[in-house]
Amino acid sequence: MKDWRYWLAEQRGTLLALGIFIVMFIIYTSNHPAGFTANVVQTAANKGVLLAFVAMAQTLVVITAGIDLSVGMIFLLTNCLASWLVVGTPMQTTLGVIAVLAVGLLCGAVNGAIVIYGRLQPIVATIATGAVYYGIGLLLRPFPGGSVNEDLADAMTGRVFDVVPASLVVLFAIVLLIWVPFSRSVLGRAAYAAGSSETAAYMSGVPIRRGKFAAYTLAGLLAAIGGLFLTFFTYTGDAAYASGNAYTLFSIAAVVLGGVSLFGGKGSAIGAIFGALAFRTIGDLLFVFDFDPLWQPLFQGVILLIAVSLGAFALFRVRNRLEWFL
Amino acid sequence: MSETTLGGIAGRMPKFIRRADPAVLTAFACIVLLLFLGSLYSRSFLSPEYLLQQLKVASFLGVIATGMMLVILLGQIDLSVPWSVAAGAMMACAAAAYGPLGVALAIPFGIFCGVLIGIVNGIGVAYLRIPSMIITLATNAVAQGLMVVYTGGFSPQDSATGAMRYLATGFAIPGVPNAVIIWALIGAAMVFVLTRTGFGRTVYGIGNRERAAYLSGIDTRRVVMIAFAVSGGLSAFGGVLLAGYASKAAQSMGDAYLLPSIAAVVLGGTSILGGRGSYLGTVAGVILITLLQSILSVMQMPEAGRQIIYGVVIVAMLLLYGRAPASR
Repeated sequence: MKDWRYWLAEQRGTLLALGIFIVMFIIYTSNHPAGFTANVVQTAANKGVLLAFVAMAQTLVVITAGIDLSVGMIFLLTNCLASWLVVGTPMQTTLGVIAVLAVGLLCGAVNGAIVIYGRLQPIVATIATGAVYYGIGLLLRPFPGGSVNEDLADAMTGRVFDVVPASLVVLFAIVLLIWVPFSRSVLGRAAYAAGSSETAAYMSGVPIRRGKFAAYTLAGLLAAIGGLFLTFFTYTGDAAYASGNAYTLFSIAAVVLGGVSLFGGKGSAIGAIFGALAFRTIGDLLFVFDFDPLWQPLFQGVILLIAVSLGAFALFRVRNRLEWFL
Repeated sequence: MSETTLGGIAGRMPKFIRRADPAVLTAFACIVLLLFLGSLYSRSFLSPEYLLQQLKVASFLGVIATGMMLVILLGQIDLSVPWSVAAGAMMACAAAAYGPLGVALAIPFGIFCGVLIGIVNGIGVAYLRIPSMIITLATNAVAQGLMVVYTGGFSPQDSATGAMRYLATGFAIPGVPNAVIIWALIGAAMVFVLTRTGFGRTVYGIGNRERAAYLSGIDTRRVVMIAFAVSGGLSAFGGVLLAGYASKAAQSMGDAYLLPSIAAVVLGGTSILGGRGSYLGTVAGVILITLLQSILSVMQMPEAGRQIIYGVVIVAMLLLYGRAPASR
């Protein structure tokens, strides 16, 4: 196969997600009362970036053929923590940001340690750790409240040179700083290999345990960045159970839309980002068409159901019926 | 299997102890420990009234966990429990608003809605081969959306029917709450199905290796679908009973049952990978979880602390005996 065709086959899921996003965004802005203005883009970007960070976190774990049902709760916990710590002088704020990110890393590392070294099933283990993270978040913020360094928050949610949303710039920087190095490193390749075929990877001497551990840990970090941004947008911390669950759920939808295989070993965080942006845009389409907001949960649920059912088309390619059963 | 692990220590113990699953024994030992700790805190912990009350509260979780166990035995999981419970409760209450016929059919209609959710799950898992945790999360979201649209964002005004209240709080046999009798009947039926019928043996077979079951000529996809439908129906029935207990349905009433139902099944020694586990273990797990909740609420532990203790206890117990075999 020629190089470009190989590249195209590898990036098919990402490009499809990009395509869906562009089409949806054109429909969205062309029907928006204000049209395609910097303000509309900024608002859409700020909402989309939150889910994009959580979806990136989910991607890292899904690539290893696991799943992290606690990402939404890490997101909440770091939001509550940031509403205490990210305040005061620039020095205090910086330390606060570092502490929040460190807590995210720690949460991810705990998940990884339990799943990999404790040999528990990722689903049950992360539901249980999610309950713990939610409990800690609720301890920190029994009632919504707190504050954040507003200069930093406004800078992060504003616009650069009056055009580009700052949140998109940060998202781009995080991709360059975390995703690109990880996916090209030995550990990143090990995470992919473990998701693709753990036995084969083990036999080839790939460091699968360290790769998976790195994936879970970085997922915690990315969810914490999302939690920080939530604090920047809302200026408060709020341990809302429903919101944490919704983010976990939407992150899975975004990952699937972004062409990441739930069976592991396939896909990229960049696809998941476009999946997240597309999912957010589809959800907001209801508003520009003046539907009752009550229909939004149903609408998002149906999109999620359709998105996960799309994977079933792979069944038509199966030649041997035994391959139905993993 | 338990004989090899316990054989050395328990060689001279009575046969029924030797044959028991160590996980089930641990769960029962934990129940005794909790009761002991509770009785140190307050003397009324060992009174028959308190224990019967706990058994009654446990029976709601017991009904829901029965369905969850069936699915977990297949090696799958049902994360649509929260809104199956809520949908069952809300739809049963809603049906009661439609005259005498509606009142008569309220309970079957609520269960029917749960079965529908379960069938969608089953089609997704069995025929479309979508991972169960994903499709059940999706149907959970759809069920939530439907309920939100139906109620218009408010709690439904309809209250539970007399029959629902009677099932949940009445006493058909003096001294024994009806909810406990219902749990006993459902549990007995489950034990019969699992141990005495072809369907039950197939469930264990699929949980061990679906390929092998399929090659033995079993229509494994139909069995998986039925199991999910039963799980959805039992969740909804649990919701109906809860609505009868609280005499009305609420939107978030199912949220508190997802983690406990999974935890009860897994703490009772059922392998999360499927194919291994007994109903006795699930009973022990349900009582254990209910007692833990009760003791935490008697000690006036806030919600945050309860969530943390919950998560830690589940991870700790799983690390004790729920680990997957060392790889390769």
